[in-house]
Amino acid sequence: VCIHRVRSCSSIRFLKSKYVCVFDKSALKFSHRQRLFRTSAVSCGQIVQFKLSDIGEGITEVTVKEWYIKEGDSVSQFDSICEVQSDKASVTITSRYDGIIRKLHYNLDEIAYVGKPLVDIEIDASKGVAPEEDVVETPPMSHEEHTHQEIKGHKTLATPAVRRLAMENNIKLSEVVGTGKDNRILKEDILNYLAKQTGAILPPSPKAEIIPPLPKSEAAPAAPKDKTRKIPVPVSRPIVFSGKDKTEPVTGFHKAMVKTMSAALKIPHFGYCDEIDLTQLVQLREDLKSLAQIRGVKLSFMPFFIKAASLGLLQYPILNASLDESCQNITYKASHNIGVAMDTEQGLIVPNVKNVQVSSVFEIASELNRLQSLGSAGQLGTSDLTGGTFTLSNIGTIGGTYAKPVILPPEVAIGALGKIQVLPRFNGKGEVFKAQIMYVSWSADHRIIDGATMARFSNLWKSYLENPASMLLDLK
Amino acid sequence: MVLQSSVKNCLQLSCLLRTPKAGFRSTASGGLIIQSISNDVYQNLAVEDWIHDHMNLENQQVLFLWRNSPAVVIGRHQNPWQECNLRLMRQKNIKLARRRSGGGTVYHDLGNINLTFFTTRRKYERMENLKLVVKALKALRPQLDVHVTDRYDILLDRQYKISGTAAKLGRTAAYHHCTLLCNADKLVLSSVLKSPYKGLKSNATPSVPASVKNLFEEDPSLTCEMLLDAIAEEYATRHQTDPHITLINPTDETVLPGINNKTKELQTWEWVYGKTPKFSVSTCFNMVYKDSVVDVKVDMDVKHGRIEVCNIDLPEQWLPPALCSELVKSLTGSKLCPNETTTLATTLLRVCPQDNELRSRWNLLCESMIRLM
Repeated sequence: VCIHRVRSCSSIRFLKSKYVCVFDKSALKFSHRQRLFRTSAVSCGQIVQFKLSDIGEGITEVTVKEWYIKEGDSVSQFDSICEVQSDKASVTITSRYDGIIRKLHYNLDEIAYVGKPLVDIEIDASKGVAPEEDVVETPPMSHEEHTHQEIKGHKTLATPAVRRLAMENNIKLSEVVGTGKDNRILKEDILNYLAKQTGAILPPSPKAEIIPPLPKSEAAPAAPKDKTRKIPVPVSRPIVFSGKDKTEPVTGFHKAMVKTMSAALKIPHFGYCDEIDLTQLVQLREDLKSLAQIRGVKLSFMPFFIKAASLGLLQYPILNASLDESCQNITYKASHNIGVAMDTEQGLIVPNVKNVQVSSVFEIASELNRLQSLGSAGQLGTSDLTGGTFTLSNIGTIGGTYAKPVILPPEVAIGALGKIQVLPRFNGKGEVFKAQIMYVSWSADHRIIDGATMARFSNLWKSYLENPASMLLDLK
Repeated sequence: MVLQSSVKNCLQLSCLLRTPKAGFRSTASGGLIIQSISNDVYQNLAVEDWIHDHMNLENQQVLFLWRNSPAVVIGRHQNPWQECNLRLMRQKNIKLARRRSGGGTVYHDLGNINLTFFTTRRKYERMENLKLVVKALKALRPQLDVHVTDRYDILLDRQYKISGTAAKLGRTAAYHHCTLLCNADKLVLSSVLKSPYKGLKSNATPSVPASVKNLFEEDPSLTCEMLLDAIAEEYATRHQTDPHITLINPTDETVLPGINNKTKELQTWEWVYGKTPKFSVSTCFNMVYKDSVVDVKVDMDVKHGRIEVCNIDLPEQWLPPALCSELVKSLTGSKLCPNETTTLATTLLRVCPQDNELRSRWNLLCESMIRLM
């Protein structure tokens, strides 16, 4: 059993030595925790040396591994100050005081000593907490402190700022439910409590004029000046939003994208859009899906789109070309390495399927599966991501109809595929039927590609997909 | 309705303690034994965090039993590049996790059991816990030569490490956890715990390598379940409670509100890699290009897992200097991560002169840089 005698004193530093206690060993380790201090007794701006408390197991020194604060930061009681390590144990040191950090006594990786100063904190007593408000530092519901808590009547943990807010509003802290760590009462809890009383949203600043609410309990009615006046809904009060803008540097992948996209937009783009009736393809895929599954491959629509594009590129090779920087030479690429835009956690990546011109639809599907699983695992290699000559972006899997895709240099064309929608269309006999319609939006480099070429390529691609059997005629 | 959420949590878990036979436990010696139904290292570490942050351990200590599918777990202040073979782990799909306690790096798989002893900070006592484990082992198999060293390891036959320890102390709560090798894959263990990365200079806590052995090798009749049961029994006896193991699901928000956020946090790159103390990499390597060998020297300063400063020394004109400096500029500030570097390098390639020779050299250099990560 410990008996703590609290004396009013002008300096916190002496508190420890003024204890008259019958200690047992375990309590001794936490003597600093059981300290009661009167915030009013501390003069404004007093700098206190916060010493490193006992870690237990007879440990006398630790290594400082991480600082969570720096000099000049303000801290609240129970905020984490630093992480220290000793012999396989990592210890989080939390602040005992509200205030401003004035000095860190150790650098990273230095040895810190138990019982010696860790940081200097300038105590923030300027908030003028009333003398009766003692702050009990101890962890809640701890056995030894039970008696003391009863004596003081406060079982609650709250910072002085929070206590003041409660006091200003005539709220008993014991009636407020704390949602902070260890049931600590936070400012939000007071505000929530108040909001429930008045049904209004109150601004979070404690300095604002708050009309005291009608207290629930019938304790001495402290202040309502006019008992008959109903609490007005403070409509005119601005709703304070305390979110802050966050600025971070553009790094890594995004930096590279900035460069690429800036270069891309120097290319004079023109667009060409159309709609494709995929009714027959939908049926074909349905038929072939299970066969592919047996072979261990997931068959989507993309392999068909990719193969059809390659067949089209055989007829219009300029779309599979590259223009050099000085715009002097066009290089017609022999391989059709068709890029497939993928959305990953990092952002947009475009791996490509190599040599589509000599691959079957099944091989393309299999390769796509491989690229997709590598992509989601974040393990695509450089060869998968380089060497593309033409790109398709299936934005329709996310949504959308028409788009305005941006060409990825050094390519000269790109296609964006919208989602497949079931829409009514007229057939040759003038009857309305259910059609599976997908929109395609092409962009091409107008320096070497003209509208007619793009249109003809698109028509050819479209005809292959609307009548998949026709692909058989031209497959190599 | 603002509920006292943390009290509610304590109530929920402490309700589990109430068994029909035992009735309510009184004060000091309550001990709750819980076992995770999950083998996900992040979920299980999150449970530790949750108990540490939300449970009232004053009247009731907790023993948490868990096992993970293959993963490497590094200590709070360690450097993963220094401790393990990240490349191999990615290939084999072995996860990397950083725990909040100190200490060294360990390999977990289903043949390893993890024990976490939760107490108030006052009652934190690692030796006692380890002695409990040894007592349980001896009760199970009296012939086992196991003992606790003063480094808090448990040794088998006086030479093989079968258990490593780490601890975390917070403001009011503390936990001590340790591993126990029953039947883990020693080959994988030794291959992943060997770092291939050269030229690292860091103040991160280094691991102390040790020869390990599985208890299974000593006595093939032992299984993880038997060990878990034996330890739970001993714990229950020590705390005078029923040896009843309560199963918990580390994804259940109703029992553990907020747990999924904790799990997510443990999986973020910022936690796993970003918490690595500042370090530098200074290394030379050769690249074989066509018929010649190219010497490359790389120096990097890495802070929060990101490349703060980067310098690549290549033979003059092997790559256009503008291109090389573009690579260095992009690498600066980016994560020390193969995926990020790959996407960065391949994206940059789009705005380079389209020359096959250049491309192959660029690819070679980038691949080599990626191997450093």
